[in-house]
Amino acid sequence: MEKKTLVIGVIGADVHAVGNQILYHAFTDAGFNVINLGVMVSQEEFINAAIETNADAILVSSLYGQGELDCRGLREKCDEAGLEGILLYVGGNIVIGKQPFDEVEKRFLAMGFDRAFPPGTPPEVDIEDLRKDLHIEE
Amino acid sequence: MKPVLLIDFGSTYTKVTAVDVDAPRLLGTANSYTTVQTDIMNGLADALSKLEKKTGRLDFCERYACSSAAGGLRMLASGLVPELTAEAAKTASLGAGAKVLKTYAFKLTEDDAEEIRAINPDIFLLVGGTDGGNSETIVYNAKILKEIGGDFPVILAGNRNAARECERILSGREVHICENVMPKFGVLNIEPAQREIREVFLNRIVRAKGLTQASELIKGIMMPTPSAVMDAMKLLAEGTQSQKGLGDLVAVDVGGATTDIYSVAEGLPDDPRTSLRGLPEPYIKRTVEGDIGMRYSIRGIIDAAGLERVAQTAGLTPERLSEIVDMFAENTDMLPYDDETLRADEALASWAVRVAVTRHAGRLEEIFGLGGLKLVQTGKNLVNVDKFIVTGGSLIHTEHTRDIASYGFYDEEEPGSLKPKQCDVLVDRSYIIAAMGLLSKNYPDAALTILKEELKTETR
Ligand code: B12
Repeated sequence: MEKKTLVIGVIGADVHAVGNQILYHAFTDAGFNVINLGVMVSQEEFINAAIETNADAILVSSLYGQGELDCRGLREKCDEAGLEGILLYVGGNIVIGKQPFDEVEKRFLAMGFDRAFPPGTPPEVDIEDLRKDLHIEE
Repeated sequence: MKPVLLIDFGSTYTKVTAVDVDAPRLLGTANSYTTVQTDIMNGLADALSKLEKKTGRLDFCERYACSSAAGGLRMLASGLVPELTAEAAKTASLGAGAKVLKTYAFKLTEDDAEEIRAINPDIFLLVGGTDGGNSETIVYNAKILKEIGGDFPVILAGNRNAARECERILSGREVHICENVMPKFGVLNIEPAQREIREVFLNRIVRAKGLTQASELIKGIMMPTPSAVMDAMKLLAEGTQSQKGLGDLVAVDVGGATTDIYSVAEGLPDDPRTSLRGLPEPYIKRTVEGDIGMRYSIRGIIDAAGLERVAQTAGLTPERLSEIVDMFAENTDMLPYDDETLRADEALASWAVRVAVTRHAGRLEEIFGLGGLKLVQTGKNLVNVDKFIVTGGSLIHTEHTRDIASYGFYDEEEPGSLKPKQCDVLVDRSYIIAAMGLLSKNYPDAALTILKEELKTETR
């Protein structure tokens, strides 16, 4: 079956690079075609990369606490750019400090993300969800 | 002695340059009006007779030519995302020596189609999508091109998975398939498209532009003039197997209608912690500012730099400068004839250089965020380049070339603009750069020796 394409990167002015590298390798090993934009990635860069590569999903990381601000409007911009319905995930330490995750999740889902992941989620979980959402049979 | 003739069929002048490749030196240059409307050979014959008046009779064993006559190599390009494949298409075309009249992004509209039909380019470069990526847009655009009619050739250099489908859609038209200008996300691969552009230029455009008679006389190479200039700059920077080059350089050519900037340099950040943004940059890059030129585009200089600032540089009142600008814009053949017009001309040239080099050079931004300062570079870092080559009429006929050129240098007031900091200025007084680019194909050592000899250094 044709490989599904994922665009990954760390949004905003965030420089936490370690998790991004781990995700890159985990997703590549799991059989995805991964476009890794690295750290300090703007919404526009995620979108442009997804357009040119005809990506199936955009996976946004945010570690430094500004995730809510940085992610706002991403879904609308995707719609605007012709990426209607593209799968959007977000993970890392997406809000400041410790907040009950079900509330955090609710806010990110309301922003148009398909899934939001709590801190410390192991890559296996994301990969399973990706397979489910992208209808990949093993 | 082994004399070789180099010919540049320009839009206005046909320039001939004679060199001896045995004991490499310049024998002489001459020019005459280009006669593309009637027979291009008339202008050439005229220029040659002028040349031989200076040099005596020469038995040329080889002749090479480049051309920007009849509008040059007129190209249109279309890509997908403006900052990505559309930019790559533009970079590729400019680097092949073309005059890029417009670059389109996303799906072509009805208006675009009308415009393309009206422009009727020499070549259309159709790209979009990484390999295996988006194919919808390039396929859609191929259909639009199909409907446009005309017989211009299309070079396909987009998503390889869509290439054959596009070719089928465009059947009946001359189509050339080559490697994707962006095979993977963020990877620039423009050389195959550039080779194809040169090839099409040779086989087709030369004929269409009334240069066939010339091509019978001329052995081998015909290329667009800017392409010859790029070859010369690459040679000068890199050297040959037996001769050292000058290293990284920037070259400016301020013309009447456009200003061309060339850089030969990797242009990477000084500080390895700097993150790079945007499309990767080609090692040899050409940009063309269509709104910056000394006559046809003179108002563009004022628009970009501001009347006040240019007037201040010239030491004229804004009103007086404005009058002179109007006069030059209307009389495109006019040369400065007194102190005021000369000062205006030089100030305009200075700002043309400033604007064009600033647009060509990269930018460094300091982003203060959580956790301190971050550096982000877009485009090429030319700060460490120390050779600045100057060509083009308005800059090589004045004594103040170095002062004018220095407007293209790094400016403490604008530290984010990565222009060269400390440069020797080398002036193409005998106007031979394009000719040496042509010569470099078969005689790189002779071409380099002559370039080094003829480019006069104005030291710091
Ligand atoms: C190392 C580190 C740094 C280094 C980063 C070096 C580098 N270039 O990578 C430096 C010193 C630069 C740094 C700076 C800062 N840091 Co810091 N840093 C850390 C630290 C200690 C480890 C991060 C790490 O590498 N983890 C290991 C990787 C493997 O895990 P991960 O990044 O979380 O990623 C995994 C998962 O989260 C998940 N995941 C990540 N993204 C996504 C996305 C999706 C879609 C999915 C499904 C999963 C997923 O998968 C990854 C792989 O398993 C963490 C604390 C911690 N222990 O996590 C703080 C931490 C992230 N930093 C923090 C802060 C506040 C900062 C600063 C603002 C501090 C400051 N005021 O200067 C700056 C911000 C700089 C900036 N602009 O980004 C906070 C964030 C708090 C918050 N979110 O509320 C943390 C949590 C520390 C803390 N407890 O306070 N930091």
